[in-house]
Amino acid sequence: MTSIFRDSSKSVMGSLNAQEKVLLRPVMEWGRGFYLTVGGLAAIAAVGVFAYFTQLRDGLAVTGMRDTVSWGLYIINFVFFIGISHVGALLSSILRLTGAQWRHPITRMAEAITFAALLMGALMPIVDLGRPERVLNLITNGRLQSPILWDILSITTYLTGSVIFLLLPLIPDMALLRDKFANAPAWRRWIYKIFSFGWRGTPEQHARLERSMNTMAILILPIAVMVHTVVSWIFAMTLRPGWNSTIFGPYFVAGALASGAASVVLAMAVFRKMYHLDKFITLDHFKKMAVLVLTLDILYLYLNISEYVTLAYKMQGPEKAELGELFTGRFAGMFWTTQIVGLIVPACLLVLPSIKAVTGLSRIRPLRPLPLAVGGAILFAISLATPFAQSFLGTDLSLLIAVLRVGVLMLAGLAVLSLLPWLQARPVTSFVIASALIVVQAWFKRFLIVVPVMENPFITEGNAALSLYRPTWVEWAITAGAMAGFLLIYFLLSRLVPIVSVWETAHAKSAETVAGPAHSPLPVPTSSPEV
Amino acid sequence: MGERKVGRREFLKLVGAGAAISIVPTVGAKLAPLARSIFSRGPHPGDTGGGNHRWLMVIDLARCDGCGACTKACSAMHMAPPGQEWIKVYNLEHEGLAASHYFPRPCMQCDNPPCVNVCPVGASYKRSDGIVLIDQEICIGCRMCLAACPYSARYFNWTEPPHTEQELSQSYSVETNLPHRKGVAEKCLFCPALTSQGMLPACVSACPTGAIFFGDENENAVTNGVGQTLQLSELLHEGAAHRHMEELGTEPRVWYLPPRTQPTSMPNEPSEILISGAEGVRVKI
Repeated sequence: MTSIFRDSSKSVMGSLNAQEKVLLRPVMEWGRGFYLTVGGLAAIAAVGVFAYFTQLRDGLAVTGMRDTVSWGLYIINFVFFIGISHVGALLSSILRLTGAQWRHPITRMAEAITFAALLMGALMPIVDLGRPERVLNLITNGRLQSPILWDILSITTYLTGSVIFLLLPLIPDMALLRDKFANAPAWRRWIYKIFSFGWRGTPEQHARLERSMNTMAILILPIAVMVHTVVSWIFAMTLRPGWNSTIFGPYFVAGALASGAASVVLAMAVFRKMYHLDKFITLDHFKKMAVLVLTLDILYLYLNISEYVTLAYKMQGPEKAELGELFTGRFAGMFWTTQIVGLIVPACLLVLPSIKAVTGLSRIRPLRPLPLAVGGAILFAISLATPFAQSFLGTDLSLLIAVLRVGVLMLAGLAVLSLLPWLQARPVTSFVIASALIVVQAWFKRFLIVVPVMENPFITEGNAALSLYRPTWVEWAITAGAMAGFLLIYFLLSRLVPIVSVWETAHAKSAETVAGPAHSPLPVPTSSPEV
Repeated sequence: MGERKVGRREFLKLVGAGAAISIVPTVGAKLAPLARSIFSRGPHPGDTGGGNHRWLMVIDLARCDGCGACTKACSAMHMAPPGQEWIKVYNLEHEGLAASHYFPRPCMQCDNPPCVNVCPVGASYKRSDGIVLIDQEICIGCRMCLAACPYSARYFNWTEPPHTEQELSQSYSVETNLPHRKGVAEKCLFCPALTSQGMLPACVSACPTGAIFFGDENENAVTNGVGQTLQLSELLHEGAAHRHMEELGTEPRVWYLPPRTQPTSMPNEPSEILISGAEGVRVKI
C-alpha cells in the first residue's frame, strides 16, 4: 500500500496550511517506523497474553503470590496505572477552568494518557482474579459494602467521563480529517465520519462544544479525586498495619498526580522529537510543566514524611516490623532510593535550570572532564593493584580499601556536580530525567506500599522465608505486556488523530494575534533556546 | 370554549405530574426490596441454615502443648489442600522477658467479620448460628478477604488442589466446601457438617489435652474432647478469658484462657500423649 498511499497523501497534504501539515503528518503517513513500533509493542504485549494463558491453565500458583503475600505485581500495576491516569483530569480540567492558554498543545496528550492508562489499569484486577470467568458476579451479586465495588463504580464512571472528555475536543479535528483526508482507508474514514458528529464549525456548534467541555471539566475533577481515593481505600479499609491509615486517600491522590504530570513531560518530549512539534511544544511549556511537577513532587514528598515520620517516631505496635523492613531491612535500599533518587533528586533537577550559581561550577578545574577521568583512572589502577600489594607485602590494607571507597564516592559526587552545568544548559533534558525518575519511583513506591505490608501481618510466621514475595516470570511478563499495551494504545491514538489539537492550537494562535502578544496571558516565546 | 383556563399542554403536565406522584409509592415499594437486596449481605441474606444456635469456641492456652493433633485432625477431616492449616498452632513469642506459648488459631468467626465486609460478591457471609461461610460457587478469587483478615485465617487455592475419589464423590455444599477447587478462598468453618449432627468439630474431638472447648452460647455450655462440659459464662469469667486482638473490634467468637493459669481443673493429667511431633510454627508478635 506504500507508494500509492504516499503519493495520494501528498496531494492531500497540499490542501493543508503549514500548521496542519505538521500536526496531521503522523496521522496521514504511516511509514515503516509506525509498523515497526506497533509490531514491537504488540510482540511484548503478546508475551504478556501468553503468560496470562499459562496462569489461566495452571492457576495463580504460577505467580509468586501465596497466602501471606496474596496481592503482588498485578495490584501494584493497577495502582500505578490508575495513578498515571490522573493527569488527564488534572491538566485538561484544572488548566481549562483556570483559563491557562498554554495548555492547548498538551491537553490531548494528557487525556490520551488517561484513556490508555485506565484501560490497562482496569484490566489488572481482572488478571489478578482467581476465577476470571466469574467476573460478572461483581454485577449480578455486587455488594456496595465492598471497597472493590466502589472501585468498579468509580473507575467505570471515570473511564466514561474520560472518553467523553477526550472525544469532545476531538470533534472539530475529526471533521477536519473527514474533510481533508479523503483517501484514508475506509475504516478510518468511517471513524472520522462517526466521531465528527456532523460538525460543520458553525458558531452555534462552537458555543455548544465550549459549554459541554466546561461542564465535563467540572464533572471530571471530583470523579478523578474519588477514583484514586477509592483505590487507596482498597488498602486503607483493612486493619493491616501499614495500610490502616487515614492519610491514604490524599496520599495516593498526590502520588497519582505527581506521576501523571511527570508522564506528560515524558510524552511531550517524545512526541516533540518524534513528530517534529518544536513549534508547538516549546521550552515555555516544559518550564510550566516543570513547575507543576515540582509542586506535586514536593507535595508527595511531604505526605510521605507525614505518613512515615508519625509512625517511625513511635516505632511501636504492629507497624514496627513493616517499618523496620522499610527503613533498615530488606526493602531499605528500595525505600531510600524512591525517597531520595525518586523524589528529592527530581526536585533538584526541576529547579536546576532556574539556579544562577550552577554555572560557576564549570569554572572549577576538578569538575572538568579531563581531571575527573584522570582521577578515576588513578583510583581504578590503585584498586587493581591493591590485592597484589596485599599478598606481596602480607599486610592488612583494609584502611587503604576504605580510603579507596571514599575516593570513589567523592569522585562520583564530583562527576554529578560536573554534570550540573551541562544539565542546566539543557533544561528539557533535565526535566525529562526528573520526570522519568518520578514515574519509575511511582511504580516502586506502590511496590513498597503493597508488599512489605503483606509480608508483615499481625501474626507472622517465624519462618520468614515462607512469607517472602518473589514475583515470577509470569508476573513480570504480564507487567511488561501491560506497559507495552499501554504504550501501544497511546501510540495508536497518536497516529489515528492528531495528538496536538489542531483547532484549539489555531484558535489560541488567532486569539493571540488579535489581542497582541503583550495582552495574551502567557505569550509563547518567539525563539526556543537550545534544549 | 373561551373560558378554557387550562391549556392542553398544562393539562398534560398536570396529568403527568399526578401520574408521577401516584406511582411514587408503587415504585418505592418495588425499590425497597431491590435496595435491601443490594445492601444485604449477598445471595445468602439472613441464612438461618444453622438453626437456633450461637456457636463459639474457648481455647485454654494453659492446656495447649503444641502437639498439633488439632491441625492433623482438621486437615484429615476437611481434606485440606496442601499447605493449608485451617487451625494453625503458632508459638507466640512476646517481646522482652515474657515466655512464649502455643496459640491455636482457628477462624475466629468474627461477629464483625472484616472478610465478610469487604467481599464484593457476598460469597463470604455470616450465618445466623454465628459462623462465617464461603460460597465457593460465587467467589471470584479477588483475595480481598485474605488481605482483610487480621488473623491470617484465610487461605487460597492457588492451583487445582490434588483430589481423591472420596473427595470428588461429594456434592458441593457451603458447609463442607468439598470438593476443593482452584481459585477460591478457604478457611476453618467450625465443622457445620458435624455440629448439625450433634458432634464436636474435628479439632475439638482430637485435642488430647482437652484444651479446645466448643459449644452454643444460647445453651451457655461448652464441651471439650476429653468429655468435660462446663458452664460457659463461669468458664469465661473465672478464667479471665480474652479474645485475640480485641482492640480491632472484630468481635471474634473464639475466646482464649490465659496460658499460665489453671482455671479449670484437669480431669486427669494427660501424662503420656501418644501424638507427638508437629512442632508449632514459631511466630513473633
